Amino acid sequence: MTRIVYADNAATTSLSRHALEEMMPYLTKEYGNPSTVYSLGRSAKKAMENARAKIASALGCRPDEIFITSGGTEADNWAIRSAAIMKKDKGKHIISTVLEHHAVLHTLKSLEKAGYEVTYLGVDSAGNISLDELKNTIRQDTILITVIAASNEIGTIMPIAEIGALAREKGILFHTDAVQAVGHIPVNTEEMKIDLLSLSAHKFKGPKGIGALYIKKGLRLPSNMYGGAQERGLRSGTENVAGIVGMAAALEEAVSNMDNNIKKISAMRDRLIDGLLKIPYTRLTGDPVNRLPGSASFVFECIEGESMVLLLDQAGICASSGSACSSGSLDPSHVLLAIGLPHEVAHGSLRLSLNEDNTEEDVDYILEKLPPIISRLRDMSPLWEEKISGKPIK
Amino acid sequence: MYSEKVMDHFNNPRNVGALEDANGIGHVGNSTCGDIMKIYVKIEDDIIKDISFKTFGCGAAVATSSMATEMVKGKTVREALKLSNKAVAEALDGLPPAKMHCSVLAEEGIKAAIEDYFKRQGIDPAAVLKE
Repeated sequence: MTRIVYADNAATTSLSRHALEEMMPYLTKEYGNPSTVYSLGRSAKKAMENARAKIASALGCRPDEIFITSGGTEADNWAIRSAAIMKKDKGKHIISTVLEHHAVLHTLKSLEKAGYEVTYLGVDSAGNISLDELKNTIRQDTILITVIAASNEIGTIMPIAEIGALAREKGILFHTDAVQAVGHIPVNTEEMKIDLLSLSAHKFKGPKGIGALYIKKGLRLPSNMYGGAQERGLRSGTENVAGIVGMAAALEEAVSNMDNNIKKISAMRDRLIDGLLKIPYTRLTGDPVNRLPGSASFVFECIEGESMVLLLDQAGICASSGSACSSGSLDPSHVLLAIGLPHEVAHGSLRLSLNEDNTEEDVDYILEKLPPIISRLRDMSPLWEEKISGKPIK
Repeated sequence: MYSEKVMDHFNNPRNVGALEDANGIGHVGNSTCGDIMKIYVKIEDDIIKDISFKTFGCGAAVATSSMATEMVKGKTVREALKLSNKAVAEALDGLPPAKMHCSVLAEEGIKAAIEDYFKRQGIDPAAVLKE
């Protein structure tokens, strides 16, 4: 039997056993609609409000600042579009970065078509933005700053507290897509002066199809969904009670184990990075130190990412690539190009993302299986032939 | 997303590697778009006696290189020139729409290798291709 090593936890995670157990009653006998007045509905409502309080406590905010969504994408769309509409009389300038997830990027592109202007801050080769550049980019008509808390592709962590302080001082709304950060590294909406924050449950061992938008008290954000006025009128629709309960249980668990998890996971990550960087013509992408505990991302020259992912799959290892072939377009990931990688190098990207489910044996297994896969692909690559012979192929 | 045939040709590529005594070599694609194929042919008496490839690219790029070389091996040059990308894709039980360009590259790679053979023989490939 082939061994399975799941190393794509930035894509999604397994469901926490504890979360599943907490969810089970709401998938079976506790099926009441939380908006109803009889006891079956009231107990669902109670479970939901209990869950909301747990999520709030994990983020250092108030329960009435947490609004449930279907996930990170909906939260990003809602936050950015609504903030833009709400502040349009003040101005139409938005500041973001070149590292954003498509949920943010494509929302911003749609606003650009509608007459908004977006400045995308560049990054250095490790994926760090410059706070001075951010300061210089702020204008009279800047209404929103939206910055990813930590990159899903290269793991670099952004200076969220510093951005929050600057935005608050200038009276500009600050949104962060914290999908990869929440449950993995400390996030506190109060201390970091965040106005809007998106999170997604399935990135921290909660269920899929559920997430939340934190909206700072007092912000009168327009409604995202009209109907029966659930979520205090901002996001109508009968609630996914089991999903909400599962999300809260998983987040509570992740936050209470965070210190230990960070220690354990980043030690495995560093061993993986050290081991794989021994392969010639290999580079780590993202910041070597200031990165998510589970994120190990690389480029291997002269080979293509999807081929690597397919061969890793044959060995039972699940991983991701930002190559063109993996993204379904002709260009490799915008993030890999933004950190200055040439196209041909960016095509050879591989992301391994670990979490608390992984073991040291998983790291050993990857370190054993990956190098021969890279050799095999390089042996059949005309680019590799060119590289090692020093002769151009044409 | 890939058929079993594509996966088979990706996992066990046929005719992979350089051909030492090749008398025609074709290079197609570029590293910016993410696929490069190098096709080696050994042509004797108008027959493709041997053929091999080296490919930088995704699963479909490797599989189409493998299938295309297999399809023309032992064929006459004229038959090989008739190989279409559609035939390669069909022989692999289809390709995802976004990967059809890989089959185009495989067809072009075979043609480029044969063209190179003619050039080396001092024959104008354009005249042969027109026939």
